[in-house]
Amino acid sequence: MRHAYTWGAILLIVIASVTGDVLLSRAMKQVGDVDELRRRSGVLAVVARTLQNPHFLFGVVAMAVAFFSLLFALSWGDVSLVAPASASLTFVGNAAAAKLFLHERVDHRRWIAAGLVAWGVAFLAG
Amino acid sequence: MTFRKYLVLAGVAVFASIGDSMLSRGMRDMGAVSISRLHTLLGALRDPWIVGGIFFLLAFFAAYMTALSWADLTYVLPATSLGYVLLALIAKFVLHEQVTTLRWVGIFLIAVGVSCVATGPELTHRHSSNHPAEPELAALQEDR
Repeated sequence: MRHAYTWGAILLIVIASVTGDVLLSRAMKQVGDVDELRRRSGVLAVVARTLQNPHFLFGVVAMAVAFFSLLFALSWGDVSLVAPASASLTFVGNAAAAKLFLHERVDHRRWIAAGLVAWGVAFLAG
Repeated sequence: MTFRKYLVLAGVAVFASIGDSMLSRGMRDMGAVSISRLHTLLGALRDPWIVGGIFFLLAFFAAYMTALSWADLTYVLPATSLGYVLLALIAKFVLHEQVTTLRWVGIFLIAVGVSCVATGPELTHRHSSNHPAEPELAALQEDR
């Protein structure tokens, strides 16, 4: 049962992290190139435009859910399972979500990159 | 990709690694925190390591948002995972921790993965601007 809770928490972390990353990425594409915007309108305009974007706010909420899920998962699961499993699955989940929801062209090279990084992270944290 | 953009990506990796390391160092000073004594976390805000860690994580978030404004998510995430490699190197050479063979294999896999995306384009899909009232910005995005 404890095992099922741990994997349930890992799944929640991955879903919340991927949702957060996708929402933040969409928000920043809508805000536009921050360097150009800052050069033309100043830092305050960049901050104001970012904070006004609803995708940004929901993205931050999703990231907060992921963070607290991680804290709770770590309180009952082994860190050597929770940390690498959630980080690795998030990399692969992000590649799929970016293709589906952000319409990024995830070619073979990017799939291989996501897989290798996920595998490497699992080794590092394991 | 300009030199400045590479600097922002490096910032994402470096700031996250330094921030995590400082928070970890600060929390080690504090000891275990139980759910029933969450208020002890407020005391953490007086620890210079924790305050420094929060500062670097804020810098990480700003750099991450900047990178996402001009690059794909599937480009930024692998590119900035070099931070994991940096953390392992800090553990080995600064904190003198034991880095196992398995971890060196992990570092190698991440480095190969990063080189896969780093040689490709950073943006593969143009998103329409959320602010059509500013045609010059839309034109600017179209020009890129």
